[in-house]
Amino acid sequence: MDRQDDFNVSRRALLAGAAFAGVLGTVLATVPTAGQEEAMETGPAPDLASLPHEKVTLVAPPFVHPHQQVSAGGPRVVEFVMTIEEKELVIDEYGTTVHAMTFNGSVPGPLMVVHQDDYVELTLINPDSNMLQHNIDFHSSTGALGGGALTLINPGEQVKLRWRATRPGVFVYHCAPGGPMIPWHVVSGMNGAIMVLPRDGLKDGRGNPLRYDKVYYVGEQDFYVPRDEEGNFKTYESAGDGYDDMVKVMRTLTPSHVVFNGAVGALTGENAMTSKVGETVLIVHSQANRDTRPHLIGGHGDHVWQGGKFNNAPDVDLETWFIAGGSAGAALYTFLQPGIYAYVNHNLIEAVELGATAHFMVEGEWNDDLMVQVQAPTPIGG
Amino acid sequence: MTAGTTTPVQRSQSGLLLPAALLVGLLALLGWQAGALRLPAADGMAPVPQTVRIAPRPYAYRAVGSFLSDGAVVDGPLIEVATPAPLELMTYQVSVGEYARCVAAAACRPAQPRRGADRPDLPVTGVSHDDAMRYADWLGAATGAAWRLPTVAEWVFAAGSRAGDDALGLVANTANPAERWLAAYAQETAAATGAAAQPLPRGTGGLNEHGVADLAGPVWEWTATCDGRTTLAPDGSVLRRLEACGAHYLEGRHRAVMTNFVRDAASGGCSTGLPPDNLGFRLVREPGWVGTVAGWWAGLFGGR
Ligand SMILES: [Cu+2]
Repeated sequence: MDRQDDFNVSRRALLAGAAFAGVLGTVLATVPTAGQEEAMETGPAPDLASLPHEKVTLVAPPFVHPHQQVSAGGPRVVEFVMTIEEKELVIDEYGTTVHAMTFNGSVPGPLMVVHQDDYVELTLINPDSNMLQHNIDFHSSTGALGGGALTLINPGEQVKLRWRATRPGVFVYHCAPGGPMIPWHVVSGMNGAIMVLPRDGLKDGRGNPLRYDKVYYVGEQDFYVPRDEEGNFKTYESAGDGYDDMVKVMRTLTPSHVVFNGAVGALTGENAMTSKVGETVLIVHSQANRDTRPHLIGGHGDHVWQGGKFNNAPDVDLETWFIAGGSAGAALYTFLQPGIYAYVNHNLIEAVELGATAHFMVEGEWNDDLMVQVQAPTPIGG
Repeated sequence: MTAGTTTPVQRSQSGLLLPAALLVGLLALLGWQAGALRLPAADGMAPVPQTVRIAPRPYAYRAVGSFLSDGAVVDGPLIEVATPAPLELMTYQVSVGEYARCVAAAACRPAQPRRGADRPDLPVTGVSHDDAMRYADWLGAATGAAWRLPTVAEWVFAAGSRAGDDALGLVANTANPAERWLAAYAQETAAATGAAAQPLPRGTGGLNEHGVADLAGPVWEWTATCDGRTTLAPDGSVLRRLEACGAHYLEGRHRAVMTNFVRDAASGGCSTGLPPDNLGFRLVREPGWVGTVAGWWAGLFGGR
């Protein structure tokens, strides 16, 4: 029997959520106290009250909140607040809409930055204007389904989770409210990334420090918008109304849109990223659901953590890098030529036809040694 | 057109008029005109679309294609036209409903409009240059008149204040080609910002000062002008022009060039640069023999 028949969900069932959350999730979700995970291999938690606390205000991608690349002191407790917003988003220039589920109102959610051994303390708010149950699974955290089992909240609730960032790297976070709700929430936009920097900053494979002048966060999102009989994208009253149709499209594994920053063209034109010759840019790229292969047309990856984990030596001089679905990667590049660069998913069908294209506008002086047009176009033999 | 100078567009037109094509065209036109004279109502398979006649006036347009001067890409020259021919142009872009008649007559291939852009009162979109040429042929047969795409120059003439100018106004700089890339990107971005991308019902864009509707809106218009590259001498005169008629220009919010068979400029854009939102067209009605003779008459005695 076709499995999708099992999930002919009503809005009420969606709201209940627990029907899909599985026994483990449901039981753990009733444990009210966060921060009492089993003792980690790093030993019992220190007296957190004695640690410095820092409140961070998150900013919407592709921008990243201010942060130090090298930590000035010891571990801190870094406090974040994220509000979940269910909202209708326009995802292409033709007005196609989706009922998006978002961390803090954006697709992807904001990039959080801490240092290794910091404590991440997140207050997650699910306002009662929302319809659905949500939670958060941090791939960089340890235990409780990445925190998902401790953060499942209904509309009108909030929860606070604290976890220790033990491994340096860029990691995905996403909503995972159980069963078929998991992929549905993730491909409705409910994912983002966190960057856990080594306390002494990034390094190449030989221990030499690597620094960036600028960091951009590019979150790649696959959308699965159902079409009507004539092939036009459909719109729905609510997220729940579109659920059955959307699951059918999701099962084809063929996205209708593959975009950066939540919409076709969200990082082009007046929203294009900027840099200049001589500037070093760190591009953090996440894909919570599906493999991707970033490529900077006309540039390279000087140092690339394809798996995104900073204790591994970065690859150097890459043309295209691979980011496995459900992970984030980071690429460091110093621009050497001015011009317009396209930053694409180098499945070029996805880049051009489905939307996965961003642009960099780079100012500066041209370097003839790197490239020159020796002869302008002229008739053959001329 | 200005006497004495050879402009790129004049060359492009003369390049198209091969003797054989001219002969065939003349014979065909003669046939249509004979038919039209026998049946003055011309109530064949299609109603005659509403047109507007644009009286001659001096105007200027930016020459078309890419221009090279001393190895550097430069703006094309601004071409001044003192006494253009009068032009009879469709008031509106060809609609979904109008185009459907050509498809029903099996003379046109179905358009591929964007989702939701298939209502009969919308301008037809998702049409290639090839489609537009087919439609012009069919409309000619169906109305007993001759129809064709306008050239870029004619479009600018008709668009008046709605026509843009894609000149970047930069000093030629072979040392840093990126200057032009960045400036062109900024210009296209400014032209694209905040405007609707979905086709709007005909008439929504209003009339310009010459009575032409919906110019430079969400639907770009195919023209009869080929892509090509012009190499300029140091004094600005044309050294050579190489036509590339596998692609034609579109006019609209900004000038764009597109391969003849493309119907959709792709949602993600070119790798750099911003594509037209939708591809459509409107046609010029050629004056028939009667109109041409009347025009000569008016020219002789009109004291213009
Ligand atoms: Cu969720």
